Amino acid sequence: MSPGGATGNSLITFQGVTKVYDMGKEQVHALRGIDLHISPNEYISIMGPSGSGKSTLMNIIGCLDTPTGGRYEFEGELVCDVADDKIYKMDDDQLAGIRNSKIGFVFQTFNLLSRTTALRNVELPLIYAGVPRRERLERAYHSLEQVNLADRAEHRPSELSGGQRQRVAIARALVNNPAIILADEPTGNLDSTTGQEIMALLDNLHHQGNTIILVTHEPVIAAHAHRTIQILDGMIASDVLTTNGQAGQL
Amino acid sequence: MIEVLRIAGAALWAHKFRALLTTLGIAIGIFTVGVVMAIIEGLNTSFSEQISSLGSDVMYIDKRNWFQGRAGWLLHRQRRNIGMDATDYILERAQYISHASPRIYQRGNLKYEDQSLERVAILGVHADMGVITGVDVVAGRYISPIDTKHRKAVAVIGHAVRENLFEFKDPVGRKMTINGRKFLVIGLLDKQGQMLGRNLDNMVYIPAETLLKMFGRRWRNITIAVKASEPGLLAEARDEVEGIMRRYRKLRPGEENDFAINQQSSLQELYDNATGMLWMVAMGIGSIALIVGGVGVMNIMLVTVTERTMEIGIRKSLGARRRTILWQFLVESMAVSAVGVVVGFGLASATALFIQKSTPLAARIPPTWGLLGIGVVVVVGLIFGLWPAIKAARMDPIEALRYE
Repeated sequence: MSPGGATGNSLITFQGVTKVYDMGKEQVHALRGIDLHISPNEYISIMGPSGSGKSTLMNIIGCLDTPTGGRYEFEGELVCDVADDKIYKMDDDQLAGIRNSKIGFVFQTFNLLSRTTALRNVELPLIYAGVPRRERLERAYHSLEQVNLADRAEHRPSELSGGQRQRVAIARALVNNPAIILADEPTGNLDSTTGQEIMALLDNLHHQGNTIILVTHEPVIAAHAHRTIQILDGMIASDVLTTNGQAGQL
Repeated sequence: MIEVLRIAGAALWAHKFRALLTTLGIAIGIFTVGVVMAIIEGLNTSFSEQISSLGSDVMYIDKRNWFQGRAGWLLHRQRRNIGMDATDYILERAQYISHASPRIYQRGNLKYEDQSLERVAILGVHADMGVITGVDVVAGRYISPIDTKHRKAVAVIGHAVRENLFEFKDPVGRKMTINGRKFLVIGLLDKQGQMLGRNLDNMVYIPAETLLKMFGRRWRNITIAVKASEPGLLAEARDEVEGIMRRYRKLRPGEENDFAINQQSSLQELYDNATGMLWMVAMGIGSIALIVGGVGVMNIMLVTVTERTMEIGIRKSLGARRRTILWQFLVESMAVSAVGVVVGFGLASATALFIQKSTPLAARIPPTWGLLGIGVVVVVGLIFGLWPAIKAARMDPIEALRYE
């Protein structure tokens, strides 16, 4: 029984989700049956050593990848349901639609378009959502204001510091008012001071009511979350509620 | 859509030089086709202007076909000559022919006071020729039936003859000599210009009988110009004249014609064949250049797609659909080929302008170029950009994001 399940009102539901990579001769089991419930406004960290399957899990949550088995619902909508006798998977464009409107990605390497200004980078998800130009620019600008970078709107990524780039990426993740923010090692490429600034920003976003999923291998970073999920060998090793950095076994 | 164009523009701008080199093939193709089109267009204009002086409802009956090759010409030369009597023979019998006149060609030397002109075309004609050629007499009168009947030494002169021989004097009523014999100038013709390199204004018309008497009638072949009574009845007139000429030549049924009926349209056909060949050669070279250029576009688009794998991954993770990515790269490949088309057309226009300024040829840029250009952009861009664009659209977002 996972903590999120108790609240009933589920944002993300995993039932026996598996992922097998077919590498020709041998099969690699990246996920071996994950059950998971995530509720709105949770602040979760997913931890695990490399090769544990946490990246695969995050890719599936983020609709960048689909499982090879099990059931995945996002806000009650069926993303994927694969069992012996049935296969339902959203197609590429449906998945793109979910990524566009429901998920805000924050990557370790920022993943900004280098030739494009901060404002244009933040505007991108709105372009794919078909938002009219005027509204797009307003919302992108507002999003940059939320991360205190309005004065850098016309700067290119190469003219910004690492912390500023990550803040642009967070502004981009926020701009579509997503249901969850998926942050994959958001401080991995930053020094600890800048990392703390970014974490403070994420904490603040959680206070404002956002749902945040952090993928990290640093306990200090993971401690910002209120629930920590440990992945080991493709399975959930532990799933605990934490408050103010104090772990409490469920 | 505007966004897609903006993205494509920015991507091209980032690699200006590369885009320009890539599109060289397309530019050369467009340039070749463009210049040839401009030249043909220029030829068309001057050609139809020039041959219109032949008259569309006029036929020239001659023992040889004007538009035969060399072999045919030699063969036709051995045919019997057509005599002077053929003119009246036709006029008496034909229903669909309103005018007929012999046309005898001779070169002669003109002299007036201390001015002289050598080897000028002298044409022996009847009064009907004035109607057949349709040229206005701007001063004096044309040759009359009485002039021909009495073999009068009268002449109607072309504009160039007047300028060179009489300068600014009114030539009508003055006497000049043709090969030493005195002729009274009775009329001056309006300016006609050139036809196929021949100056129609540098000619003198005299009564046919006067010419024969003066230069001799032996061995002389005569061309007969006939005009259809109505332009719409040209085909009937042609059939009729053919029948009459066969009777005149006493040909048995089944025997081949030993004369030819030459028309403006047969000249037009000859011309169309010649320019058609030119056109096909240009299209051939142009198509090969376009294919080479297109392969260049495809190559550069494949490089671009690989180079920008990370960007594709980012766009996909942010929710770009397959179709969006596909269009982004298709528009970009069309933009690359558009650069080639613009460069090619620019060079071709400059060349056409240069030809126009430095030669008498009216090389012209037809308005259809615009359409052709758009067609090329779309076709080359789509065909050669499709595979790279599909490749980009099908990329797996995770793989793409991991790409270094």
